[in-house]
Amino acid sequence: MKSFAALFNAIDRTTRTKEKTAALTSYLRDVPDVEKLWTVALFTGRRPRRAVTTTQLREWAAERAGLPLWLLEESYPIVGDLAETIALVLPPPKRPADLPLSHWITRLQRLHDLPPEARKDQILDAWDQLDATERLLFNKLITGGFRIGVSQKLMTRAIAAATERDEAEIALRLMGKWRADTTTWHALIEADDPQADASRPYPFYLAYQLDDAPEDLGDPGDWQAEWKWDGIRGQLVLRGGTHHLWSRGEELMTDRFPEFARALDFLPGGTVLDGEVLAWDDGPLPFSTLQKRIGRKTVPKKLLAEAPVVLVAYDLLEHDGQDFRAEPLATRRAQLEALLGQTPPEAPLRLSPPINFANWQALADTRATAREARAEGVMLKRLDSPYLSGRKKGDWWKWKLDPLTIDAVMIYAQQGSGRRANLFTDFTFAVWNGNELVPFTKAYSGLTDEEFRKITAWVRKNTQQKFGPVRQVKSHHVFEIAFEGIHASPRHKSGIALRFPRMSRWRHDKPLSEANSLDDLKALLATYG
Amino acid sequence: MAEPVLRFTDRGIYCPAGDFYIDPWRPVDRALITHGHADHARPGHARYLATKAAAPVLRHRLGEITLDTIRYGEPRVIGGATVSFHPAGHVPGSAQIRVEVGGEVWVASGDYKLEQDGLSEPFEPVRCHSFITECTFGLPVFAWDPQAQVAAELNAWWTDSIANGRTPVLGAYSLGKAQRLLSMLDPEIGPILTHGAIETTTQVLRGQGYDLPQTHHVTPDLDIKEHPGALVLAPPAALGSDWMRRFGLVSTGFASGWMRMRGVRRRRASDRGFVISDHADWPALNRAIAETGAENIYATHGYTEIFARWLREDGYNAQVVPTEFGSDDEEDSAA
Repeated sequence: MKSFAALFNAIDRTTRTKEKTAALTSYLRDVPDVEKLWTVALFTGRRPRRAVTTTQLREWAAERAGLPLWLLEESYPIVGDLAETIALVLPPPKRPADLPLSHWITRLQRLHDLPPEARKDQILDAWDQLDATERLLFNKLITGGFRIGVSQKLMTRAIAAATERDEAEIALRLMGKWRADTTTWHALIEADDPQADASRPYPFYLAYQLDDAPEDLGDPGDWQAEWKWDGIRGQLVLRGGTHHLWSRGEELMTDRFPEFARALDFLPGGTVLDGEVLAWDDGPLPFSTLQKRIGRKTVPKKLLAEAPVVLVAYDLLEHDGQDFRAEPLATRRAQLEALLGQTPPEAPLRLSPPINFANWQALADTRATAREARAEGVMLKRLDSPYLSGRKKGDWWKWKLDPLTIDAVMIYAQQGSGRRANLFTDFTFAVWNGNELVPFTKAYSGLTDEEFRKITAWVRKNTQQKFGPVRQVKSHHVFEIAFEGIHASPRHKSGIALRFPRMSRWRHDKPLSEANSLDDLKALLATYG
Repeated sequence: MAEPVLRFTDRGIYCPAGDFYIDPWRPVDRALITHGHADHARPGHARYLATKAAAPVLRHRLGEITLDTIRYGEPRVIGGATVSFHPAGHVPGSAQIRVEVGGEVWVASGDYKLEQDGLSEPFEPVRCHSFITECTFGLPVFAWDPQAQVAAELNAWWTDSIANGRTPVLGAYSLGKAQRLLSMLDPEIGPILTHGAIETTTQVLRGQGYDLPQTHHVTPDLDIKEHPGALVLAPPAALGSDWMRRFGLVSTGFASGWMRMRGVRRRRASDRGFVISDHADWPALNRAIAETGAENIYATHGYTEIFARWLREDGYNAQVVPTEFGSDDEEDSAA
């Protein structure tokens, strides 16, 4: 575990991508295959099956540290990470040892065959052999969530460098549903002709935000425009009589959206589409309708009828079983239109229609109407560009609408966790309803570190009442809250819910009385809800 | 009911019998000051009382003030109260303040730590009935490694940075932490350059006889090439500012107890975080409180609710100081 811990420290300590890549590359050159395989598995969110619950972990850690459970529970939100909290409160190891990562994973996997009491002994025994960093990593094997600043791109690059292979090929091999306990490093990365996985998706190409004027992009004739849909990005893989739907986060969503089983009735095998999953009934439904489907693993019939989904397709990545990504967009688009042009309305597929525009001003005018089309803005894609992987500047741009804004009064504050543990970062905002302030949203982001420090000092001095971790503060500060959408919500006291609310400006210039009112919010709801 | 020995007011901790305040945050007639950090020693009081060891820094920071000094352990009668100052181990010159009225003893800890740092006068437990304790790091996740171990990490980082062609720039509060780090750095590795804010405080302390290694003040005309292998010590606010440009490629480090938490380390976006604090960690807070023999504990500055609950379960009559004033100036306060 020491070499894995050293790798973790090397990556965690630097913010420089180059140094992280170098650390990972040299690690991958040094350690045995089984260690490499598990390392890559963990960094891509794959972990051994959980044999103990986090509740058990907390209880055992508190007991070993000689602390009441509540004290560990109180510490956890402040640290922001359970694995780390436990690693920090435990006493130093009594029998330090250096056993490899794969050893600990094997032991964790064997826990399933043991009775509960023996599982506890195994965990306590592990804690007694591991130092602080190793313990954090060991705990992470159980709790999951290895967020250590290693992007897919960085890892792909390091593996490619360590194995002297092509980056794109490695990226493809890492996609899909492989598991570290059922494959080998050789089969995953090196084998000359690996069994092509019918479900394997292509890496998504991600757009950059367009901040400058579109005029800088040159001739409008070189570009294709379409709506930027407000749904879930999805890749539909149709091969060998099966269908798989992947999210951008490489999560398999096939079971959540049974509608797509029918795609095979309308499209040939060897087809892979990139598009947006949207709730749809003769046109896009609001995001809040789609939201009812998100997070549901099984879908009741009633919901299927209420919130049916389609894939609004905008790109063709595989055609006739051939990787089609190197073809220019214009070609891919023509083929996509040919495929989807014939499909009847009952197919769960739609073509994302192109937006025709003669010049940039015309497109800007169309973009201004995006909310009416239930879109977030427009996308611009270069007609002669191949389909790249990851976030690369130049060929795809998202040109989002300016957010909606409202000026609101801060009324409650709560400390953040993790990165922001000693700052007040979580705030509740209110608008006027007559002489009363009505809370309507929370917001956590948008301020600079300096502003968070300032507001933290202010909150400490202006707390009027404490409700557990929440402090009611003096009504004094006005903030501009920016958000992407607004809809009616019976679950919220104000009857309104916002999408992506954040603090866009600290309105030092505005007195309390000039904050917006509930009526202003309702007017926005009537226009954009 | 008799007046308590000390009371918590909106100006700070007040002693009715002696008519004085301890570390008040609004101007008062008589202020007893535990140490020179900006959130404890504020300007505007008519009269100040502090230890002899803290006086030079107070004068340096607050300018022309009416300042009376006192030796550690020396009793002084103020009105109906007898006060004395006792080492708090926080920074050079820092004190806990003991107040006795009619046989009842209260101690206000100010900020403190138990580990001997080689510069600050070592913490001295003071028996009392009521103890007002800071608890900046009053959570069991905070436990410090021994100073010698952190010193080894610091010096290794210095050596590695130089080997990688980078100038190490270490961020630290200018009073206390900076000098402690100076005493931990190995001058054999190379010269130590200091930002002006740190240099002036260091000179004041050096003038008092604290043993500190040689430093070079970073002036506008300084050329880093003339100081090969140098490490730079700067206040946190200078990290990432234009002031840093003169050093070319750097590796930044930050030394604070908060660095114990990975999330905070990452927010700082320094290349390295060193876990070292001038405040007591969890085990030290608990030990210090036990050694006072106090029954009544008042928790202030930090995770007060959680810490007070823990103490109550441990049998103390513990409560949270009702008015808690944060520092405006992170630069100079907790860590």
